[in-house]
Amino acid sequence: MAALFYILAAISVISALTVVGARNPVNSVIALVVCFLSIAGHYVLLNAQFLAMVHVIVYTGAIMVLFLFVIMLLNLNKPGGPRKSLAMRLAAAVAGGLLFLTLAAAVRQGVAITPAAGFDPGVGLVRHVGQVLFTEFLLPFEVSSVLFLSAIVGVVMLAKKDKDEAPDPHITGPERARRTA
Amino acid sequence: MEPISTPHDYLPVLVQAAIAVGFVGFALSAAAFLGPRLHGRKKEESFECGIEQQGDARRPFSVKYLLIAILFVLFDVEVIFLYPWAVNFKALGAVGFVEMVVFVGFVLAGLYYVLRKGVMRIE
Amino acid sequence: MTLATALFLLVLFVVTLTVAAYSTYAERKVAAFLQDRIGPDRAGPFGILQPLADGTKMFMKEDFIPAAANRRLFTLGPAIAMITALMTGVVIPWGGELTLFGETFRLQGTDPEIGILFVFAIVSIGVYGIMLGGWASNNKYALLGSVRAASQMVSYELGMGLSIVALVMLNGTLSLGGIVEHQAAHGWNIIYQPLGFIIFLVCAFAETNRSPFDMPECETELVGGYHTEFSSMKLGFFLFAEYTNMFISSAVISTLYFGGYHVPGLDRLGLDPNLTTLIGTAAMFAKTFFFIFFFMWVRWSTPRFRFDQLMNLGWKGLIPLGIANVLITGTVYHLAELWKG
Repeated sequence: MAALFYILAAISVISALTVVGARNPVNSVIALVVCFLSIAGHYVLLNAQFLAMVHVIVYTGAIMVLFLFVIMLLNLNKPGGPRKSLAMRLAAAVAGGLLFLTLAAAVRQGVAITPAAGFDPGVGLVRHVGQVLFTEFLLPFEVSSVLFLSAIVGVVMLAKKDKDEAPDPHITGPERARRTA
Repeated sequence: MEPISTPHDYLPVLVQAAIAVGFVGFALSAAAFLGPRLHGRKKEESFECGIEQQGDARRPFSVKYLLIAILFVLFDVEVIFLYPWAVNFKALGAVGFVEMVVFVGFVLAGLYYVLRKGVMRIE
Repeated sequence: MTLATALFLLVLFVVTLTVAAYSTYAERKVAAFLQDRIGPDRAGPFGILQPLADGTKMFMKEDFIPAAANRRLFTLGPAIAMITALMTGVVIPWGGELTLFGETFRLQGTDPEIGILFVFAIVSIGVYGIMLGGWASNNKYALLGSVRAASQMVSYELGMGLSIVALVMLNGTLSLGGIVEHQAAHGWNIIYQPLGFIIFLVCAFAETNRSPFDMPECETELVGGYHTEFSSMKLGFFLFAEYTNMFISSAVISTLYFGGYHVPGLDRLGLDPNLTTLIGTAAMFAKTFFFIFFFMWVRWSTPRFRFDQLMNLGWKGLIPLGIANVLITGTVYHLAELWKG
């Protein structure tokens, strides 16, 4: 088990670094998919099986598909991409450094990273997750449904124009001429 | 109490993955090795029904596909929430069912809004 | 995890490949029968060696990669499609318990408590094979095909996920072995979940990109869709993955709604337990083969949907129906509980 953990951890770290380092955004996406799969593996090792599958279905199966769509839609296939300005890089370095500082301080200040005493292997199984979610955490759960609704409305508002508007700006060139003709 | 599922249940999955990857790797390299290989500029062009290739294929396409993908992410998470509830459906009783009816009500409201706005209308 | 399990997985792998290979032959024979033709009959008696000939051809053809393609992703696409197609069989219960040489083991690779979610997880990864393959080709038809395929597959994943919820409510487990045992004790799920079954079946057609949902490879509009540029074993993998998926979905349908390896009344006959298990496995395969035939029957009988019709069916039809099915199932169950007191 310990050996499996180290292998998975190595895969997570290497693929996460590849996400940042890859020149081609599609390669970044694939590396992120590998990273998510290895994290699902970590969940399995903790016997949080439901969470592992949710992680694969939602993150690799849904969110990363969305990422791929975005990359295809925005036509980001040119490796390299535009060079970022100096101010942008500086801002990124400051933001990243602050996050690192916060994490380091939190770890130092006593988030005790010790094995939980008396680990119950049944705690991550779907039956138990359901029992807790629908009794103890019922309110956050119901609130999340409102959150989803607002997200759905937001998405549609942002992306959808009204019907009587001009032709789709994404259709250009001869195709547009044909449609407007 | 039935024996609970443990991480050991996933070892066969690893073995299966190894078999699948091994087979795919073997077949792909064997095919690359066995087949003939001839290069040619005309031949290696992308196939566009015999007409000369017009520009790059990777051009922006309709935003509607992206919208479908975003909505899929949202609804997928909502569907996932139903599983832990469904497993405990009988234990949670009528109260649990009403809780879920409220949740599903919001999902349906979202779906109704999406359909009403004609997001799925693809010409 | 024992040696027996590893051996079982190897056998399962060979069986999966064989069934998938012979599905291609069966498809051509079924098509021929429905269209009053003879079908393949040259390779061996009745053409039964046809899959072997096809497989050899896939190996011997030129492994062609277009100049504009992304070479690595071009290989990765079909590889993912095939690997994910082969992975799902591991959680399906192919039979009950078998006792050989004093050892008892189940005819199932593994039975994790979230079995059916594992299937969905693998299916959701399968989308990448088609998307990457189509995008890497750098061909307009292939790109359109893969975008269509991805939109279609994710849309119908929702319907598929919803159709299972009502079934899980009644069975109280996500484990496929558990679902079969529940059906053996309380009757097959098809009796209680006819609507869920229909939704699941339609979604299974869409997920496997089978006609009438074969929009992604619609040859009249898109040449060959996402696999336009592929040849040799890479094309072979895309086609083969489709047949493997068809086999696996048929097995999942049989498991979820038709009792899997359970045969009503068989355990009352007092047969040898090993014999009972083997009959059960045979029944499982018979049910699976019926659904494979059903897939083919539909393919050669119905015209293809248009893309907007397909999206409408998914979002306006199957998803609301799936939610309605959950609500109806819940209401009826609680009314029945009230009635009983």
